[in-house]
Amino acid sequence: MPASGPGPDPGRPDPDALLRAAAREDRGRLKIFLGAAPGVGKTYEMLSEGAARRRDGVDVVIGVVETHGRAETEALIRGHEVIDRRSVPYEGRTLREMDLDAILARAPRLVLVDELAHTNAPGSRHPKRYGDVEELLAAGIDVYSTVNIQHVESLNDVVASFTRVRVRETVPDSILESAEIEVVDIPPDELIERLRAGKVYLPDEATRALGHFFSKSNLSALRELALRRAAQAVDARMLEDVRALGLGGTWAGSERIVVAISELPGCDTLVRAAKRVADGLRGPWTAVFIETPRAVHFSDEQHARVAATMTLATQLGGAVATVPAQTVVAGIKSVLVDLRATQLVLGKSHRTRWFELRHGSIVDQLVRDTPDVTVHVLPMAAASPAAQRARGRSGQWGTPAGYAVTTLLVAAVTGLASALFQILDLGNVALLYLLPVMAAASLYGLRTGLYAGIASSLAYNFFFLPPTGTLTISNPENVVSVLVLLGIAIATSQLTARVRAQADLAAASARTNAILAGFLRQIAGVNDLDAAAQMICDDVGRLLDVQVVLLGRGNGAEREILAASDPAYRLDTMDDAAASWTFDTGSPAGKGSGTLAASEWLFQPMKSGERVLAVLGVASDRVGAPVRADQLPLLASLIDQSALVLERLRLQAEMRDVDVVRTRDRLRAALLSSVSHDLRTPLTAVIAAAAELHHGTTPALIATIESEAQRLNRFVANLLDMARVEAGALKLAVEATDLSDAVAGAAHDARRALEGHAVRLNVPPDLPLVRVDPQLLHHCLLNLLDNAGRYGEPGTDIVIEGRHRYGELRLAVLDRGPGLPPGREGEVFETFRRLEGSDRAVGGTGLGLAIVKAFADAMGMAVEAANRAEGTGAAFTLVFPSALIVRDPPLQGTS
Amino acid sequence: MPAKILVVDDDVAIRRLLRNTLLRADYAVVEAESGKAALRQAAAEQPSAILLDLGLPDRDGLSVIPLLRAQSEAVILVVSARDAVDEKVTALDLGADDFVTKPFDTDELLARLRVALRHQGLSGTTPKIIRRGDLTIDLDRRMIRRGSEEVHLTRKEHDVLAVLARHIGRVVTHERLLTACWGADEDPRIEYLRIVIRNLRQKLEPAGPVGSVIANELGVGYRLRGDS
Repeated sequence: MPASGPGPDPGRPDPDALLRAAAREDRGRLKIFLGAAPGVGKTYEMLSEGAARRRDGVDVVIGVVETHGRAETEALIRGHEVIDRRSVPYEGRTLREMDLDAILARAPRLVLVDELAHTNAPGSRHPKRYGDVEELLAAGIDVYSTVNIQHVESLNDVVASFTRVRVRETVPDSILESAEIEVVDIPPDELIERLRAGKVYLPDEATRALGHFFSKSNLSALRELALRRAAQAVDARMLEDVRALGLGGTWAGSERIVVAISELPGCDTLVRAAKRVADGLRGPWTAVFIETPRAVHFSDEQHARVAATMTLATQLGGAVATVPAQTVVAGIKSVLVDLRATQLVLGKSHRTRWFELRHGSIVDQLVRDTPDVTVHVLPMAAASPAAQRARGRSGQWGTPAGYAVTTLLVAAVTGLASALFQILDLGNVALLYLLPVMAAASLYGLRTGLYAGIASSLAYNFFFLPPTGTLTISNPENVVSVLVLLGIAIATSQLTARVRAQADLAAASARTNAILAGFLRQIAGVNDLDAAAQMICDDVGRLLDVQVVLLGRGNGAEREILAASDPAYRLDTMDDAAASWTFDTGSPAGKGSGTLAASEWLFQPMKSGERVLAVLGVASDRVGAPVRADQLPLLASLIDQSALVLERLRLQAEMRDVDVVRTRDRLRAALLSSVSHDLRTPLTAVIAAAAELHHGTTPALIATIESEAQRLNRFVANLLDMARVEAGALKLAVEATDLSDAVAGAAHDARRALEGHAVRLNVPPDLPLVRVDPQLLHHCLLNLLDNAGRYGEPGTDIVIEGRHRYGELRLAVLDRGPGLPPGREGEVFETFRRLEGSDRAVGGTGLGLAIVKAFADAMGMAVEAANRAEGTGAAFTLVFPSALIVRDPPLQGTS
Repeated sequence: MPAKILVVDDDVAIRRLLRNTLLRADYAVVEAESGKAALRQAAAEQPSAILLDLGLPDRDGLSVIPLLRAQSEAVILVVSARDAVDEKVTALDLGADDFVTKPFDTDELLARLRVALRHQGLSGTTPKIIRRGDLTIDLDRRMIRRGSEEVHLTRKEHDVLAVLARHIGRVVTHERLLTACWGADEDPRIEYLRIVIRNLRQKLEPAGPVGSVIANELGVGYRLRGDS
C-alpha cells in the first residue's frame, strides 16, 4: 500500500475539499447536541429545538428518543410524530431498535435520533447507530442527535485516564467533524445538584463509578473537553471552506504527523494520541506499519491486531501505509523522509534493558538520527509476560531430530579426532569441532547450535584436553577454545537465521510478484466476462487461500453471482445485504469492516472512477478479518487489476452494442428505401394495367398484372422471413427431409420465375436424407431459383445439381448469367446488396440471398457463391455438413 | 343441379373473387362473413363444400372446423393466408379435407375442390381400381401395373399406398401415415416413411420430376394425386 501523500499544496483549491463541500449540499445536515456528561439535558434540548423547527413548518419525526421516564422530556415528545421502533429478538430478550427503513420510507425533512453512540442489536444493518445516521444523511434527511464527550473516539483514552471509566461505545471523530455541534452545558455544581435530586438517568457503567465520575473536578475536565471539541469542529469546518476556496495561507500546512504502529497490543492508544496531536497541529497524519523480516513469523492474532489498528486509523481520518524494511529504525526513517513528516509518535516498548543493550533502543536511535522531527514517546499497555514468553519460545527450540543428529555429529567428530589425534595437535582438534557446531547452528537454529557448542566443548574437554577423562581444564589457554566454540555457535546461528528469514521473505514476495504477473498476463487475453470472472475468483482464492465470490451486473441489469471459487456457493441473506451495501455505497462491508460485520464474508468494491463495476467477496476460517493484514496490499492490487479488466470488458461490450445498433440503423434505412421502391413499382404496374383493362383486355396486360403481383408476393414473403430472422424468432422444425422432394417442390413453386428457362434437375435419387427444417429449406431454394431465373440469360438452362461427396452433401443452383464480380462473390449475401455490374433492370431487393444465408446458418448449413468453372454464370451451393446427414439408412421398418 | 359451395371470408374482395371463379366453374355460391354466419348458412343451405378462411372476425377459424364437421358432411377446404405448418396439420386433424394458402392460384383451387368433391363420401372405403396414366393400382387384389408390367411392392410400401389411396386427392399427415402403417411396437420415424415414399415413387412414377404420383406437402404429409 503506497503511503498517501502529505497534505495538499496550500493556495490551490483542494479538489477533495471541493468535492466534500459539494457532497454536503445534497446530504442531510447533522446537528449534534454534545454534552459533558449524562444528565446535562441534551435530549431535552434536542426535542425543544425539534419542536421549534416543527412550528416553523418543517416535517419533523422522532426516530428514537430515550426519555428515561422524565416527565418534562415526555411532555416534549407528545407533539411529535414518533416512528415505531422495530423489535429484534436477541438471546431470549426483545431489543427495541430504531426502524431505519421505516424512517427512510417516511422520508421526513428532519429526524431526531437520540444516543448517537448506541450499539445496535447484533445482525442489524449497521453495528452502530451512527451508521444508521450516516445512511439517513446520505438519503438527504437532516438529523439531530446527542452524544456525550466520553463517547468521542479520539478522546476515549483521555476521558478514561482521569475518570477511570472506559466506555466501549464510541463515535468516530469524522462524524463530529461533518456535524454542526451544539454544546449543552450546565455548570458542574448544578449537574451534581440534579444528580442528587435523582433527575439523571445513569447507564450501568456510570452507576458503578458514580462517586468518582461525578466529582466536580471530573465534570469540569469533561466540560472543558466538550467545549474544546466543539470549538475544534467549528475550526475544522472553517478550514474546509477555506481550502475549498483555495484561500491557503491561513492553513498551518507545515505539520505532518507520522505514528509508528506495531503488532503489539496498545497501539490503538498510540493512534488516538496521534489523532489528537494532528488535530491540535491541524496537520495530516499517517499511521505506518514497518514490515520487517520478523513479520513472516507473526501469528494470526498479531496480523489481526495490525489490521485492526490500521482500520482504527482510517476511521479516525488518518492515512495508513505499510512499509517493508530491514529494521524498524530504517523503515521509520525512510517514511519520515518520504512524507516530509515533522512529528513522530512512538510507543515506549517494554523491552528489557538487556534487549536494548544488544539492539540499541529504537527510540534513542530515532531521536538521534532525525534531528528535524519532534518525537513523541508514549507509554504503551504491556502485554502479559507469559504471552511474550510463549511467543518467544515458539519455533526456536528446534526439533528433537536436530538434537539427535547434532549428538551423532559430535560423536563422529570425536571418533575422527581420536583416530587422527596422533597427527593433529590440540588446536586443530578444536577446529574439527567447529564442523558440528556450524552445521547444527545453520541447519537447526540457535538453540541446537548452542547445544552443539556445549556438547563439543564438553567432548573436547573430556576426551582431549589434559587431563583427559575429566571435565577439568588445566591450561587457561584451553578455556578460550571452549568459549570460541560457543561464540561461533551463537554467531553462525544468528547469521543463518537472518539469511534464512530474508530468503523466506524474498521468496514470498517473489512468489507473490510472479503470481501477480502471471495473473495479469493470463487475464489480459480474456475477452469473455464469465471466463474473466472465474479466473479472478480462482486466482484470488489460490493466492490468498480464501473463498472468493464475484458479484456483478453480468449481461442483465440484475445483480448476480458472476463466479465463485466454490461453484455451489449461494449468498445468504446477511451476505446479500452486505454485498448490496458495497454495491450501493462503494465501501467495504461484512466481516472485518465497520458495516454488517455479522456476514461471514468481507465484500470489497471493484471500482472504475465512482462506478462500482463488481463486488469481490472473500471468506476464510481466520479470526477477525478474512485476509491476513500482510496480504491486504496484494488483495488491493489484485482488485485494482481486476477492476481494470472488468472495465475493459465493459467498454468492449459497449462498443459492440454501439456497432450492433449502428448496423441495425443502416439496415432499417435500407429496408425503408427498399420497401418504398420495391413495393410501389409492381403495385404501380398492377394498378396501371388494371385501369387499362377498362378499355379492353389484352393478354399482355393480364400477364403484366400476374407477374407483377407474383413479384409482390415473393417480396412480401421475403420481408416476413427477414423480419423473423431479425427478430430472432426463427423456430426450427427439423425433420428428416428428402432433397428430391425439396427440389421438386421449390421448382414447382418457382415455375413462374423460371419461365423462359429450361430447368435441369440433376439430383441422384439415392441421396441421403438430411435433417433440416423443410419450410426454411424451401424458402432458400425458392430464393436461389428466383435469383437464377432473374439473372440467367433468357433461353439458357438452369441446373440444380446434388452431390454427396467427402461426407458432405452439396446442392447447387447454376445459371448462365453475367456471374459475380471476381473476388467479391461472398458479398452477395449481405442484406440489401445487389452487386454492381449485375444490378441491371432486374427486380429484387437483395433480401433474397440474405435470407438464404440467414436460414442456412440457422439450420447449421453453409452457402457458397462462386462463378461457374466453365462458361459464365453463377453457382450458388447449399452445403449440408455431415452432421445434418441422416447416417444409417433405416432399412428396418421400411420393408 | 350444380353443387353448392359456401364461401366463408370476412374480406368482401376475396368473397367476390371466389364467387366469380366458382360461378364460372358452374357451382352455386352462398356466402358468410363470420364464423357464426358460417354455421348458420351451413345448417340452412347444406352446401357440398365449404371454403373456410381461418382469420374470421368473431372467432378463430380453426375452432369452427369441428363445429361445421359436427353438423355437415360437406367438404371443408381451408383457404388461409396463414402458412404455419402446424396450423395446417391442426386443421387436417380437426376434420378439414384440404387447404390452400393465400395468395392462391384459382386453377389450383378449382382442381382441389373438384378432387375433394369427387371423393366426397368415399372416405374410408377403398376405390376398386385407381388409374393414372399408364399406372393401374388395384388394391383389392394387390396388383399394381405400369403399362403391362407388374410392379412388386413390399408390405410397408403397400400399406402406405393403401392409406394414401383411401384418401386419394387429399393430404394425409405424416403422423397418420406413421400410426396407420407402423405398429405400436415399432419406433415410427419419419425417416422410414421418407424411404418408403422414395421407393414407391421409383416404382410408380415415370421419369421426370418427382411427385407426379405421390405429391409432397411441405412439412405436413403426402397426397396421392387424383386424376384431374
